[in-house]
Amino acid sequence: MSTQDGKARGDVPTCWVEIAVALLFVVVAAVVIVDSVRVGATWGPDGPRAGYFPFYIGCILAITGAGIVVQALRRWKTLAAATFVRRDELKPVLTMLWPTVVYVVLIVLIGLYVASAIYIGTFMLWQGKYKWPATLAVSLGVPIATFLMFEIWFLVPLPKGPLEHLLGY
Amino acid sequence: MEDVANLMQGFAVVLTWRNLVFMLIGILLGVLIGVLPGLGGANGVAILLPLTFSMSPTSAIIMLSCIYWGALFGGAITSILFNIPGEPWSVATTFDGYPMAQKGRAGEAMTAAFTSSFVGALVAVIMITFLAPLVAKFALQFGPPEYFGVQLLTFCSFVGMGREPPLKTIASMMLGFALAAVGLDTVTGTLRMTFGFTEMLQGFDFLIAVIGLFGIGEILITMEEGLAFKEAKGKINPKIVLETWAKLPKYWVTSLRSCLIGCWMGITPGGATPASFMSYGMARRMSKHGDKFGEGQIEGVIAPETAAHAAGTSALLPMLTLGIPGSPTAAVLLGGLLIWGLQPGPLLFVEHKDFVWGLIASMYLGNIVGLLIVLTTVPWWAAILRIPFAIIAPVIVVICAIGAYTVHTRIFDVVLMMVFGVMGYFFKKLKYPLAPLVLALVLGDMAETAFRQSMLLSGGSLMVFWSNGLVGSIVTLALVILCWPLISRGMETWKKSIRDSENA
Repeated sequence: MSTQDGKARGDVPTCWVEIAVALLFVVVAAVVIVDSVRVGATWGPDGPRAGYFPFYIGCILAITGAGIVVQALRRWKTLAAATFVRRDELKPVLTMLWPTVVYVVLIVLIGLYVASAIYIGTFMLWQGKYKWPATLAVSLGVPIATFLMFEIWFLVPLPKGPLEHLLGY
Repeated sequence: MEDVANLMQGFAVVLTWRNLVFMLIGILLGVLIGVLPGLGGANGVAILLPLTFSMSPTSAIIMLSCIYWGALFGGAITSILFNIPGEPWSVATTFDGYPMAQKGRAGEAMTAAFTSSFVGALVAVIMITFLAPLVAKFALQFGPPEYFGVQLLTFCSFVGMGREPPLKTIASMMLGFALAAVGLDTVTGTLRMTFGFTEMLQGFDFLIAVIGLFGIGEILITMEEGLAFKEAKGKINPKIVLETWAKLPKYWVTSLRSCLIGCWMGITPGGATPASFMSYGMARRMSKHGDKFGEGQIEGVIAPETAAHAAGTSALLPMLTLGIPGSPTAAVLLGGLLIWGLQPGPLLFVEHKDFVWGLIASMYLGNIVGLLIVLTTVPWWAAILRIPFAIIAPVIVVICAIGAYTVHTRIFDVVLMMVFGVMGYFFKKLKYPLAPLVLALVLGDMAETAFRQSMLLSGGSLMVFWSNGLVGSIVTLALVILCWPLISRGMETWKKSIRDSENA
């Protein structure tokens, strides 16, 4: 990371992100094209085959992806000077992102209700600096209200884990 | 007047206690969604969609469309009181709405905003009432090439009229089409791009994409920007309301122009957000006090709000008549129609009259009820926003996760939502528009079917898209709009070179 242009260490310049995302588009396009060719992108005996339409979609995607890369290279100086995200801005994003990723994993493992209680509780204690009573009230209240609304009122089952099974659901 | 008779019948459908209660719930939920960051019209409706599966389609669409009206109203509250747009289409409202609030004229600004929203929506609904049956009748003659032409027009308008870089619009759109193609190909029965994963068989549901992109992505962006709702007084009383109403007729030209911009941008899928910006820009250019815009001009609130609502409402016209939604929220409503077993399109007007006219009637009532509700309940919503973000943010994520799961009761969808959320964050920051992706994901299968059928008709020749006057003009118009950014740039250089040669 450069320290010139008054940028702090750890700031991410826009140019790299721009190019990385555009290249990802090209990769996705390649996957689409390869798979379309696999299932047949040509004209079959009864009309266009399954890959006919996606093949063209993949081609356009590849061309636009490449086009964005070219545009980014042409505006390299401006983009290199621009900051995609500052370090002090990235921190709150990550404090939101990581717990949420863990939350999704927890939903898969122990069901939505318990995971939600842990997620809301952790967030309030850690980010909001709340005291235990308030934290417990919200973090237990929300899942319980959800449970009543979905499982009992609307009869829509949500993912459940060991605790709910223990309670007979 | 057949339409009027039909409309009256629609009112009879809506005016049952059950439906009125659903309408009220819908509006309240909608305003709440509009006020909270991370929850908006599109993902709010997407999250609540599964709860309506057990309702009758008419009640369900009334409630869901009322959520949409509510969200349109709600966006204005945070814009004016806190300078934080609750919805993208209320960004332009902050330009003059917030300065007005700082000068102690918050009540006036909000009354003007709500009233102009109402006027915009009303004009759009009147237009829908009379235009929709005509368009539907016209569209009955459409064959596959015409359908593909209209869809092409929809997507080209995003490129030609959007505010984002054209290449990025196309990229995001194509990604939507590619994601839509994943799963079982309904025509040939071939599996596409599943790579052996059973989870991929059903493909990507756009509702999941909407919840992730707009919900989780928005929360991440909000975290980055740092959110603080400062104390603000949202006092509004009957005296202020009446005084503001007395002032509003003076600005009828601005209102009318904004309505027209809004209706146009709503039918062609420009959507509410560009409509509000365009209308604000026009109002500033045309107004006598144009130089004072940004300091708290009431016209600067009227113009974007009228246009946003007119656009948001008229986005339902192509959705109902052609099955092509004009905005992401309209796309979600379209998804709802499909789930309830209603095929949107011209036949809807023939086969499900009750439903269509019930919906149109509910637009009239919903907007009147909405106006009354927001005018009376502003202080509540302002109070909700004082709940700290450390509580609101995780609760919104929980709501999104529940919404994503209930669409197909699949845990894999929750994981997908997270992936879409991170994608939404990057897309937003790099100025890739999200609406074309969502619309392509919704319309992908339909567009592909229409394209394949057209190709079958012609035996693989693209000339089928110029085979008659109707389809030819639609497709040509689409291509002109697609190339519009290039054309307008070319014209400017041309004009400039003429000017230069004159000066020389």
